[in-house]
Amino acid sequence: MKHLSAFIFGGLFGTGLVIAGSTDTEIIQGWLDVSGRWNPAVAFMFASSAGVMAIAWRIARRRRHALLGAPMPARAAGRVDPALVVGSLIFGLGWGLAGICPGPSLAALTFGGWKSAVFFAAMVTGMLIARPVTRRMNSAVAKAPVPA
Amino acid sequence: MQEQWIDALAGGTLAGLASLGFLLVNGRITGVSGLLGGLIDGSAVSDRGERAAFLAGLVVLPGLYAAYSGAQTHATGSVAILVAGGLLVGFGARLARGCTSGHGLNGMSRLSPRSLVASAGYVLAGMAAVALLRHWGAL
Repeated sequence: MKHLSAFIFGGLFGTGLVIAGSTDTEIIQGWLDVSGRWNPAVAFMFASSAGVMAIAWRIARRRRHALLGAPMPARAAGRVDPALVVGSLIFGLGWGLAGICPGPSLAALTFGGWKSAVFFAAMVTGMLIARPVTRRMNSAVAKAPVPA
Repeated sequence: MQEQWIDALAGGTLAGLASLGFLLVNGRITGVSGLLGGLIDGSAVSDRGERAAFLAGLVVLPGLYAAYSGAQTHATGSVAILVAGGLLVGFGARLARGCTSGHGLNGMSRLSPRSLVASAGYVLAGMAAVALLRHWGAL
């Protein structure tokens, strides 16, 4: 059951991305273009999706388990550390260069042609290259004392 | 185009509802880099099937919609930029433990400090990259 719902939610999420124009690099880069031809579309996309999610979190906060039984995700925790700052800047650089990020990358795989495939392959490679770093961070998180 | 902001609102609402569903029904966050990264680098242990199902839906269903809508990516034809962009996005997302869907959508909507900082980083660096591309005449 959870696999069916996961599939459906993934599909609706991706379809929302396409409708909103997130899979269109011109729209993404238009929003990141502060020089003159600024396109505010992405801001509307984030505002509406974040607005819905803010409601979702309020509902989730009052529950210990999701509908299908899994525990709700833990509270947002963790300090702002150098890896976060550096990682976000590196990510942003790539995002601005290509106009593509993970969600839209997958959502466009079936219709984005070879360009989509090349970006996706490179993205997966980048994730694999990060594996030693990810492992170290995961073990540090696992060993970290749980805040009271 | 004038309808673009309507599409952005509609698509954003749909994506938000899908994320709401994934959270309240599956108890999971629609952080794509986390879902994908955990699968491909083996760090996800117990929930591989659920991650794969979400990602499969994310790939397949938008394709059906795009066939009807004729959506285009308008991606660059420069292999160098696609490769460089992909490497940076993949590596950076793992380092930051999240991407625009994880930190940007799910994290910011619950005012997570890490996510606010990460999102600021994404946008600032993204704007710098686009400014660079414009400066080089590549955009």
